[in-house]
Amino acid sequence: MNPTATSPASRSGLIALCEAADVPFGEGRSVTLHGRRIAIFNTAAGFFAIDNDCPHQGGPLSDGLLADACVTCPLHGRRVDLRSGRVQGHDESVRTYELYLLEGSLWLNFDAMEPLAA
Amino acid sequence: MSQTIRTRKRSSVAVIGGGIAGQAVIEAVREQAPDLSIKLFCAEDHAPYDRVRLTELIEHGRPVDDLRLRPDEWYADHKIEVVTGTRVSRLDTRSLTVYTNDDAQRFGAVCLATGSEAMVPPIEGADKPGVFLYRYPGDCEQILGNARPGARAAVIGGGLLGLEAAKALVSLGCRVTVVHLMDRLMERQLDATAAAMLLNSMQDLSVEVLTEHATVEVTGEHTADGLRFADGDSLACDFIVVSVGVTPRIDLAKRAGLTCERGVVVDDRMQASAPDVFAVGECAQHDGIVHGIVAPIYDQAQAAAAAIARAKDVFYTGSIPSAKLKVMGVDLVAIGNVENGETVTFTDPATGVYRKLAVSEGQMVGAVLMGDTRGHELLLDIAKTGKLIEDPLATLARASEATAAELPDGAQVCNCNGVCKGDIVSAIRERGLTSIQEVVAVTRAGAGCGSCKPLVSEILKLETGDVVDEQAYLCPCKSLTRDDIAGVIREHGAKSVSEVATRCGAGRECGACKPGIAYLVSEINDNKHREERGARFINDRVHANIQKDGTFSVVPRIYGGVTSPAELRRIADVAERYEVPMVKFTGGQRIDLLGVSKEQLPAIWEELGMPSGHAYAKAVRTVKTCVGSRFCRFGIDDAIEMGIELEHEWEGVYTPHKVKAAVSGCPRNCAEASTKDIGLIAVEGGWQVRVGGAAGASVREGDVLVTVETKGDAMRIATTFLQYYREHGEYLERTYGFVERVGLDVVRENVLDESTGEPQRLRERFRLARAAVTDPWLERREPVHPKQFSEIDSEAAPAGRPAVAFGSESTPAQSPVAVNDSEPTPAGTPVA
Ligand code: SRM
Ligand SMILES: Cc1cc2nc3c(=O)[nH]c(=O)nc-3n(C[C@H](O)[C@H](O)[C@H](O)COP(=O)(O)OP(=O)(O)OC[C@H]3O[C@@H](n4cnc5c(N)ncnc54)[C@H](O)[C@@H]3O)c2cc1C
Ligand code: SF4
Ligand code: FES
Repeated sequence: MNPTATSPASRSGLIALCEAADVPFGEGRSVTLHGRRIAIFNTAAGFFAIDNDCPHQGGPLSDGLLADACVTCPLHGRRVDLRSGRVQGHDESVRTYELYLLEGSLWLNFDAMEPLAA
Repeated sequence: MSQTIRTRKRSSVAVIGGGIAGQAVIEAVREQAPDLSIKLFCAEDHAPYDRVRLTELIEHGRPVDDLRLRPDEWYADHKIEVVTGTRVSRLDTRSLTVYTNDDAQRFGAVCLATGSEAMVPPIEGADKPGVFLYRYPGDCEQILGNARPGARAAVIGGGLLGLEAAKALVSLGCRVTVVHLMDRLMERQLDATAAAMLLNSMQDLSVEVLTEHATVEVTGEHTADGLRFADGDSLACDFIVVSVGVTPRIDLAKRAGLTCERGVVVDDRMQASAPDVFAVGECAQHDGIVHGIVAPIYDQAQAAAAAIARAKDVFYTGSIPSAKLKVMGVDLVAIGNVENGETVTFTDPATGVYRKLAVSEGQMVGAVLMGDTRGHELLLDIAKTGKLIEDPLATLARASEATAAELPDGAQVCNCNGVCKGDIVSAIRERGLTSIQEVVAVTRAGAGCGSCKPLVSEILKLETGDVVDEQAYLCPCKSLTRDDIAGVIREHGAKSVSEVATRCGAGRECGACKPGIAYLVSEINDNKHREERGARFINDRVHANIQKDGTFSVVPRIYGGVTSPAELRRIADVAERYEVPMVKFTGGQRIDLLGVSKEQLPAIWEELGMPSGHAYAKAVRTVKTCVGSRFCRFGIDDAIEMGIELEHEWEGVYTPHKVKAAVSGCPRNCAEASTKDIGLIAVEGGWQVRVGGAAGASVREGDVLVTVETKGDAMRIATTFLQYYREHGEYLERTYGFVERVGLDVVRENVLDESTGEPQRLRERFRLARAAVTDPWLERREPVHPKQFSEIDSEAAPAGRPAVAFGSESTPAQSPVAVNDSEPTPAGTPVA
């Protein structure tokens, strides 16, 4: 999800990830939370968070090539929509997460991911 | 007067002056009179070229030939005789005899297209060395010779050309001051607000501007060293470019007794005061006006050609002047005059947009579009056709949203070559065109600066119902070819992929073309581009090849495949210390360390202490060698020496696709040079140079480009070919596809024919690109981003330190708390 300007106080379960500057513009980086590898992207359309593993053969999506709002897997070129998580042309999708940009830091919605956490 | 013989067909015409006007006239005449014999006299040493793009000679160091309006074959195909370096010295209008220094010839008609000269202002000392005009390639050469980085340049004249020159000089590293007489820049086209915004934009581009400065003297004892102004002030500088306007070149017409005022006076058929004599372009004065821009030339040429060909009457009724500033970073179009009539404006200071429309008695008289020039084609058409404007503000707003479909047929799409939408549409329909390249070739829309290509492509899509030949698109989302995008890069002087994205949208939708655009941006800017890692494939962000499990491979450069015991030992040590899962000899005679994590890369490179082998990149990969004459009993020449030399010469240079080379010491060809992109094979008495070979997904035997006697020649030709491919290959087109597409003859012509100067220039550009190369593995010490080689929750092993303790740290930290330790804000804990 696109970052919004909601105040952290009004939200429960937000977890601070890193400084926004830790993810270079136009690229992605990954982080492990509760055993899941999550990719964080910094694009012209904002910051996004989705599962890092490509549904095809587990390619690292955080190493993919970004456009305004989609990423292309570096291994065999599956294209994932960062807003919906849907894989173009395949009946597959990856999980998306709510991400917030607050005072220069990135926060991920912890509650929203809990059901899936191992 | 000439009425009585009007029906007789003319047999010949002389066109005097090979500028844009001369070219336009011969093209229009040929179209209307297929059999008329046409002779073009050019005083310059060059066949007609595009003066509008003159600045490219300075800014991009391009040769004049790149600006040619038509290639030699075109003149041959259209049976047009062109004589260059030949000035017409006298014209007899009664007998229609054209005199040159050593010849005289009679014609059925004569058309003057002698253009103009740059004006030399009446300033004391303006003839000193170090003062240059701005009109001919020779001027550019002189300017280039003085434009060293850090040199101080003064440009006299703050009009279109002066500003263009100023920007070009800045891009060469000069410190530039524009000196302008009037109180605002481009006062003939702009109102005070737009001029003030332009002033800011120019200052943002590091161009200093002095307005209301009347230069009275060029100072300096022998050569120019500064300017003195009327108010007593002065400005020190190393050289001066003067661009204060033009003077029509009418000496020939005057001597021939033709009526001249500012220009050669012509009627609506562009006929001068004598029968069968015409004038077109900047030398012609129609209805009291001499135009100093290109657009009117095409309409004038149509009228003149119709009269010359004795076809149906076509009348030229004047033009609305329009100008587009070709300065990267400043989007500005001025049409007509905005100082008269009622005006409406739209301003957005935040984005630097200013759009103004002037209307008088319901008709548009002018417009200024700054910062956002969309819809200028539509507005120009409204101005030309005199359409009634009911709601000026709505018209201005609508223009910015105009799509190709809404443009009327008369709207001029390509201002460089004067091509209207209607011309493009009918060419597409009549000839069944399906690709942009074809449309450009047939209509010449987009053949100039290229900035209208996105619009041309939209029109093509409209006509073909979206079925456009996709094969050669670099950006399929926006239907832009390599040439289109190269045009955008050149026109705007774009230095980065994101600049290209802003200009034409390429790369924004799916991103797949970004690496291709990144290559193009670097190639066109001689590697002096602004690098953006987000535009690169992961391999080129971390300079290693990604493997199926997300790890990477490390292939150090081993020149010519020749190593040493010490080097092998070092590689072995590194492999052991970092527990590299696999060490393998590659098919390219190198050693591959496979299964390395991203975080390990910097430390491994540091310890190897070898340069990158570029095995991950679209770049020069390997030069394989065989044993050759050093040891082999059959060796004719030293393959190892040549392979190593070549690899050093080409190392690190990026290419449209990977380039593999090989050198074999005899025709037994143990290095498999006959199936390499570039292969050199020693034969009795010399070297065979082969190109376009492959033995991967496709197998193709390389063509023998040439066989030469010396090693030096062979290497030089191989490098020339490499650069030719770098400049003309489509992204991801290997040389085997490239050579087949372009044709071996064309490759030979460009790479081997030294008499054209092109091979020399190719090598010169190669040298520039090579000079800007650095070893990407040095980023281990100076990463482009602190997290270049790591994830959010991991750190790269520091380069330079013995990495004994490294192994345990290399696994990414598993807890998010580790990341949050450094958080200054509400601690690293979840907010409850
Ligand atoms: C390592 C190596 C195999 C080996 O262990 O021997 C290799 C490995 C790969 N090759 Fe290759 N090729 C290797 C020699 C070759 C050769 C033989 C040669 O270079 O003499 C060829 C045929 C010659 C040629 O290229 O014309 C070759 C033809 C290809 C092709 C087919 C290209 C084509 O258009 O025909 C690909 C696919 C591509 O480029 O799209 C490819 C692609 C690849 C990639 C880059 C696939 C990928 O993207 O992951 C592999 C990279 C693995 C890695 O990380 O190193 N590799 N590959 C060889 C490295 C050579 C080197 O030292 O640089
Ligand atoms: C740097 C620069 C940038 C420009 N940018 C733009 C722009 O963006 N948009 C725009 O609309 N316009 C622009 N212009 C203006 C444009 O280039 C001219 O309007 C156009 O080139 C005029 O063409 P022409 O053929 O009439 O004259 P010229 O280009 O002057 O050509 C006349 C030719 O005739 C030859 N000649 C003269 N006398 C003789 C003779 N006796 N015998 C044989 N040959 C002779 C000359 O040598 C010359 O080659 C620019 C000009 C310059 C210099
Ligand atoms: S042939 Fe080349 S691309 Fe194919 S598996 Fe082997 S190394 Fe990989
Ligand atoms: S693993 Fe992502 S496309 Fe194959």
